[in-house]
Amino acid sequence: MSMLEIRKLSMFFGGLAALHDVNFDVRQGEILALIGPNGAGKTTLFNCVNGFYNPSEGQVLFKGQPISGLKPHKVCQMGIARTFQVVKPLSRMSVFDNVLASAFLRNPTRKGAQDVADEVLHFTGLWDDRDQLSKGLPLGKRKRLEIARALATQPEFLLLDESFAGLNPAELDVSIDIIRGIKQQGITVMIIEHHMKVIMAISDRIVVLNFGQKIAEGSPAEISADRQVVEAYLGEEHGA
Amino acid sequence: MWVQAEVFLQTLVAGILLGGLYALIGIGMTLILGVMKIINLTHGQLMMVAMYIAFWLFTLFGIDPYVSLLIAPPLMFAFGMLIQKALVNPVLRVESILPHNQVILTVGIGLVLQNVATILFTSDYRSTPVDYASTAFYLSDLWAGTPVEISLSLPWAVSFLLSVVITVLLWFFLAHTDTGKSIRATAQDKDAALIMGVNVGLMRVITFGLGSALVACAGCLFIPIYYLFPALGSQFTLIAFVITILGGLGSTLGAILGGLILGVFESMTATYVGMGWAPVGRFVIFVAALVFLPGGVASLLKTRKLSK
Amino acid sequence: MKNNLVPLVVLAVLAGLPLLGLNSYVMHILILSIMWTLAGMAWNLLGGYCGQVSFGHAAFFGMGAYSAGLIHLHLGLSPWWGFLVSLPLVALVALAMGSVVLRLRGPYFVLATLAIGEVLRITCENLTDFTKGTLGIMITRTWVEKTQYYYIILGLALLGFMVCRAIVHSRWGYYFVAIREDQDAAESMGIDTTRYKTIALTVSAMLTGLAGAFYTNYMGYIDPGVVFSLGEISILIIMVVMVGGVATQWGPALGAGIMVILAEYIRSLPLIGVAYQTMFGVLLIVIIIYLPNGLVGDWPVLRRKLLRRGATA
Repeated sequence: MSMLEIRKLSMFFGGLAALHDVNFDVRQGEILALIGPNGAGKTTLFNCVNGFYNPSEGQVLFKGQPISGLKPHKVCQMGIARTFQVVKPLSRMSVFDNVLASAFLRNPTRKGAQDVADEVLHFTGLWDDRDQLSKGLPLGKRKRLEIARALATQPEFLLLDESFAGLNPAELDVSIDIIRGIKQQGITVMIIEHHMKVIMAISDRIVVLNFGQKIAEGSPAEISADRQVVEAYLGEEHGA
Repeated sequence: MWVQAEVFLQTLVAGILLGGLYALIGIGMTLILGVMKIINLTHGQLMMVAMYIAFWLFTLFGIDPYVSLLIAPPLMFAFGMLIQKALVNPVLRVESILPHNQVILTVGIGLVLQNVATILFTSDYRSTPVDYASTAFYLSDLWAGTPVEISLSLPWAVSFLLSVVITVLLWFFLAHTDTGKSIRATAQDKDAALIMGVNVGLMRVITFGLGSALVACAGCLFIPIYYLFPALGSQFTLIAFVITILGGLGSTLGAILGGLILGVFESMTATYVGMGWAPVGRFVIFVAALVFLPGGVASLLKTRKLSK
Repeated sequence: MKNNLVPLVVLAVLAGLPLLGLNSYVMHILILSIMWTLAGMAWNLLGGYCGQVSFGHAAFFGMGAYSAGLIHLHLGLSPWWGFLVSLPLVALVALAMGSVVLRLRGPYFVLATLAIGEVLRITCENLTDFTKGTLGIMITRTWVEKTQYYYIILGLALLGFMVCRAIVHSRWGYYFVAIREDQDAAESMGIDTTRYKTIALTVSAMLTGLAGAFYTNYMGYIDPGVVFSLGEISILIIMVVMVGGVATQWGPALGAGIMVILAEYIRSLPLIGVAYQTMFGVLLIVIIIYLPNGLVGDWPVLRRKLLRRGATA
């Protein structure tokens, strides 16, 4: 069953197409990776899904319902959470309060929200840092805080925007485990990522964007065998 | 019929003349907003200071207000640079929980300027009684058979023309000089400008000076046709930001149009509703702009670009 | 329980103060300090916690003050009813204002607040039939003694303190701070930012209105030039919070005490006295540069500086 349907999605910025006629589905329970060179329109697509942008043309359907044009908070309330490529910690709040503020979404009482926050912090391995101000965290943990905050809204669908960028190998492994754990909880994930190793390890399917258009879609094995993809993207990455 | 048309046209002309001066105030505000990303809430007070300079030059030395265009704006240019260097820059470095603390700072500066002016010059109303104050042209002088009579006061006309000249000079400066281009680059993208080798810090200082000089010009052009008192500053600060919102934040062309719209609107309010209601009319147009046209006139001028 | 101990002790001390037989000038200072504490706490909720800086709290203060004055003038009611009248009135204006400007990001809110105070002042000055214009409204004060007024404003401030404290520790409070820190992040966490900013504004405005209604009852005279004043009300409220401590529980109380005493002191100085607004302006500038988060907020930094100075001396 399709959790998210991207239908003929286009987004123009002053005549420039950041996305052009993109179509694909995200199936329930899978991890779908969205890859492509910089400027391919990946983050724009996320912004169209989560409501920061109102797409110029086309539709996004969540569980069969159109969500394009809804405000971000509405989209989040429907069960889609996201993280940001450039992390947006609530700087002058502690790590715990960051997550707690999110957990209030589905738990109006403080007690209920605290329980959710506790659980999420343990799950993401941030429990020991819970009293730190979030602006004092190192980058790796700030990336994880983004995930923790998204999880605390108890989503059915998670958009992860480059959650692995800038991590060291040890942190990479931790994050890979977290993503796998998220999948086990039954949360559907769409992830933007550049690390090919990570992508091949965790994703069930891959969609490749280039210049705002979808150029390929398939299993990791299929994608790495696709010449067009290798030329447009992998080649460039490997060469660099 | 003709009488009504005459009143309307006369009101329209007065509004456009006023709007030309408003545009000058708005441009100064919008320049500072564009480069510094802060609303300068002491803009009107700077104009008030310039008006006092022009007033005293006239009263003590008999210097015509239009001649003080060569004196007051350069002084205010220096004063603006000083404010930027000594006060705004330190605040930009301070880390505060409150956003907009630079804006609070400008309010503080305005409060000081207004109260110092009250102490030094009392809150009496003042004006410069130039001998051409009541000289006027009439349409019937040019066209004997005109069905409607429109008068054009000499100082209003001169002030308007000078404000047009200053605007054109400013446009030339921004479009064709290196400094002007650097200022525009800083306004468009500070980081990119830095990489291109623009001295962003210097551009900020110059911009604040330039904005102050522009509003000082407006002050010199206003004093022959207006009266002056210390609290005038806050009134013009309000006018300046209504123009800026109306025009679209940071847009120079928008500020000109915003100034003209506000000028005509105020003139109409004064004629058809009552003199005392002009400030309320200003607020109505401000709210209307926020509700119906949050991007200001500028958003109508260019093809809509989304940015995030 | 420990969290409640400090407020209880402070309350007990404040409640006991009039029993000492303080003279009426000291009582006056105390009453004004508590009144500005109430207004400061209200501003702090919106500005300090939610990050929406208002230059127009005089609008709400003035509306509260005129609610009390106008019902007395036109309906012959006791100005004490002003408290009840002001609440829905102020809330309505705040809601309307919020729905227009708080959906926009950027400096719009700051500008709108600045404008609304001025517009209400001008409207009040022009509607001479209804408000008596610049003449102002005079009421007969209920008591000559200060003690009753003292307990009334103390009760109101306690109410304000408890409302703010409850909100700050609840979901609303977390949402306010999240909005202050990053609106995009807040939106993507499912927070309806426009709605919660409007809530912050409305609660803040209503508490400020109560302070205004008290002002009329206590002072016995109001005019538009004072109760809608940018310099004497709006800026003073901001300074109360900035001096004391932005987004802190006790900052407004500390700030209000300092500002009231300072204002009285400056006003009493010969020559400089007339210039007290200039002094306020200078003080505001100095605080923004050197104490951007107020005495309570910057206390850790201050203490470090003082200790370092002590160590090198």
